[in-house]
Order: sequence, then structure tokens, then C-alpha cells
Amino acid sequence: MAGRWKNDLTLDDVTPRGIYLNRRQMLTSLTAAGLGLSVSPAAAQGADLEPNTFEDITSYNNFYEFGTGKSDPAEYAGQLTTSPWTVEIDGLVDRPGPVSMDDILSRMEIEERIYRLRCVEAWSMVIPWQGFELADLLEMAGVQDGAQFVAFQTLLRPEEMPGQKRPILDWPYIEGLRLDEAMHPLTIMATGLYGKPLPNQNGAPLRLVVPWKYGFKSIKSIVRITLTDRQPETTWNLAGPDEYGFYANVNPNVDHPRWSQATERRVGGGLFSRRIDTMMFNGYEDEVASLYRGMDLAENY
Amino acid sequence: MTRTQRVNAALRQVPSWAVYGLGALIPVYYLYLGLTGGLGVEPVNALERALGDLAIKALVVVLAVTPVRRWTGISLVMHRRALGLLAFFYVVCHLLVWALLDVQDFGRVWADIVKRPYISIGMIAFVLLLPVAATSNNLSIRKLGPVRWRRVHMLTYAIGVLGAAHYIMVQKTWEAEPLIYLAVILGLVATRLPALRREFAS
Repeated sequence: MAGRWKNDLTLDDVTPRGIYLNRRQMLTSLTAAGLGLSVSPAAAQGADLEPNTFEDITSYNNFYEFGTGKSDPAEYAGQLTTSPWTVEIDGLVDRPGPVSMDDILSRMEIEERIYRLRCVEAWSMVIPWQGFELADLLEMAGVQDGAQFVAFQTLLRPEEMPGQKRPILDWPYIEGLRLDEAMHPLTIMATGLYGKPLPNQNGAPLRLVVPWKYGFKSIKSIVRITLTDRQPETTWNLAGPDEYGFYANVNPNVDHPRWSQATERRVGGGLFSRRIDTMMFNGYEDEVASLYRGMDLAENY
Repeated sequence: MTRTQRVNAALRQVPSWAVYGLGALIPVYYLYLGLTGGLGVEPVNALERALGDLAIKALVVVLAVTPVRRWTGISLVMHRRALGLLAFFYVVCHLLVWALLDVQDFGRVWADIVKRPYISIGMIAFVLLLPVAATSNNLSIRKLGPVRWRRVHMLTYAIGVLGAAHYIMVQKTWEAEPLIYLAVILGLVATRLPALRREFAS
């Protein structure tokens, strides 16, 4: 059942690319002239949800499978073969087994979701995704009673993913959610953005999007989904347990040990863009705060 | 004239103002790139990193002047002051971009300096650079005398090591490049150990 959550933004809110580029050009020249330094109060509050440009979203990525530089994914992800693609769904499900991407696309109802994305590195974007609710896919597989967590795994293919040839992280990339987080209507599997098939650097052909958590939770190029009764290990938590927790909910009051999480920079604003305040649960507090009632969010970072 | 002598003669022909001028243009060029989209869609972070990278490269060059002369005979000594002051200039640019364009708030700049070890280390390196840069002139050599002046400038060894540590600590994972910088800088500082021992043996 799709459509459990309704966007208050629609495709009409996506500024046509041409107009957007013009506007940006104007802003840039104003800024260069030293006139454009003041930003509207709405933008400072983080209330302005104008999506980032396609260029922003596809040229500035963290996808360490292709290298640690922000431009590495755009440069190297082109060589990744994304078709055919199969996702193995296993663990505590009624109907385990491989599912082809074509099969998934034919059975899921694709909808538009314009979400904020907040990276743990304190930058952010607004992205018009297309995708389906993870809950629909899990229901298709039939979640068994004992399942409490969902584990995800990214493709391991060093010959096409050059970053995997170096031990930057423990490959393959793995992530996980609590089952209630995975079943939440905000949690989607994205298959496209800006009305186009998902570009490889953004996690083609199938990636998770959990908009109230730091971006590293939203695992890309998924090949395995496992329902389990124990909390799965997650890649960044293994790499730096003091810095990256299992929950990784966006929280302006809990700093990363090496930097503050109170504010963020919206990508695409140029050299003189002002920081904006980071919102609790990335602005989705009304929708998800109840999932964590009674939990110490500083303890469970 | 040997080849080394020819190279040294050519190096002596390069006027100091050219070294200062060309070196100072690099951050200006980066700024231009940042303003015109040449640093990508998130230019603040890119500019900050580019300037930090430039600063540590300049420090490596400065630290390499003496060992290179000893091993190859090629001497950059007459340009060492310019290279050192350029390294200081790059560090100042890096710091300004971090404070003004990135953090944007004096309270948070101070909080970061006291709370975040990699920033504390970077700031210590910057503070140590201040007396070195301030005495990079002939008047200071005369006023301090050669021994004291030399000792002040030996701070450069610590600055290089702290700079490399800062670079390693800012990364999210263990990256090769910062580790290589640390290894090179430690190697260059190690060539000074006999001299340091002589200097402070008393």
C-alpha cells in the first residue's frame, strides 16, 4: 500500500531546471559583486525547501565504493553495471529468494518524495526522489513474527567499484534499521530522482532513503535485504563506534566528536552561503519522534 | 660550470618578488575558481581543503631545502624566507576560510578550538608559526642574534609534524595521502636530529 505519507511538496515545487540555473547565475554574480550576501530569513530557518539542482545532487556524493573524494562517484560510477540486477531477500521472511529489479519495479507503486538529506558531515540537500515504500517490499516478502531488524548490503564488485580495492572501509557496505523504522511510511527505496532513473553515483538501481537519519544510513546499490531478530552490524559503526552510532538520527543537540551538528550548509549556495540550523530528526520530528519515545538520544546516537 | 652550479645560478636569477608574487597568486586563483563554479557545487569545503593542502606542501618544500642542498648540492636557501612566508600566508588563508566562510560564528570557532582535538592541534601549529613568521626578516636576525633566531625557526619542525597530524585527524577514514605527508615530514625532521642534538647539548 503506497501513499501512507503525503508530501506537502509536489513536482510543481521543483523549479524547472532552466529557470533554476538562471536564478543561480544571477545569485552568483550578485554575490561576486558583494551584494548577495544576505539570504532570506526563510532560508536561514531551513523552511525553504527548494530542491537542489540535478547537478548538485549528482556531482557531490559520498559513495566510498568509488573513492573518498566528493567528485569520485560522478567520475567513476559510470562503469557500474546496474542491469541485470537482483536483490536477495532472506532471513525471517515467508518468501525468501532473489527478486529481479524488473520484478520489483513492476510490483511496486512508484511515487515522488521530496526529502531533505542531511549528511553526517554537516552539509545537506533537498532531493526529489522517486521510489516506493520499503514497507511494501517487505510485505511482499512476508515479514515473520520474530523479525525485529532489517539488514542491508551493498554490491561487492571491486572490478567496477575501484574504492573497494582499498581497505578504506570493511567491504561490502552494510547498514541496518529497526523493523519499525524500516516499516515507517517515510522510509523509501529510491529508484530515481528528478524523474530520471537513479544515476549510478546516487546508488543505482536501488537505494534506501531514510530522511530523518544521517545520509550514511541510506545505503546505496542494495543487493541483499535480511530480516533478522538481532541488531545488525553497520559499516560506519564498525569503522568508528564513537563517531557513528546504529541510530544516527539527525540531532542538532548531539555533536559528532569532531564537529558540531547544530548547523549545516545547504549545498549549492556558493562560497558565501550562510549556515542554516539543523532540525531535530531533520525536520521530520512530528512523523518519527514517537519511534524513540523514552530513549536517550545522546546515548543512542 | 657543473650542472648543479648552473641550476643554482639560474635559481639565484629568480627575483624574490617573483616567488612572493606567484606564490600569493595561487590562493587568489582558488578564490576565483570558488566564485565561478570551478570548485564544484560546495566550494567552501573545497577551498578550505585546497588551501590546507597548499600550506602543507609549502611546509614540506621549506623543510626540504636543507636536506636537498646537502644531498644534491641544489640550493633554494635564497628563497627559503619567501617560501616560508608563503606557507604562513597559506595557513592564514586556510584559517580565514574555515572561520569566516565555513564556521561563520566566533563563538563556535572558539568552541571548536577548545573542544575538537584536530582543530586544537591546527591552532597550536598556527600559534607556533606566528613567531617564526614575525622574525622572518633581517632586522630580527640582527636583534635576536643567530643562535636565538635559529632556535625560534627550529619551531618549523614541530609545526610540520603538527600540520600533518591535523591533516590525518580531519579525515573520516585512514587515507593514504595524509599519512604520506606525515612520513615525509618526519623523515625531513629526522635529518635534523644530529643538528638538534648539537644545538641543545650543553
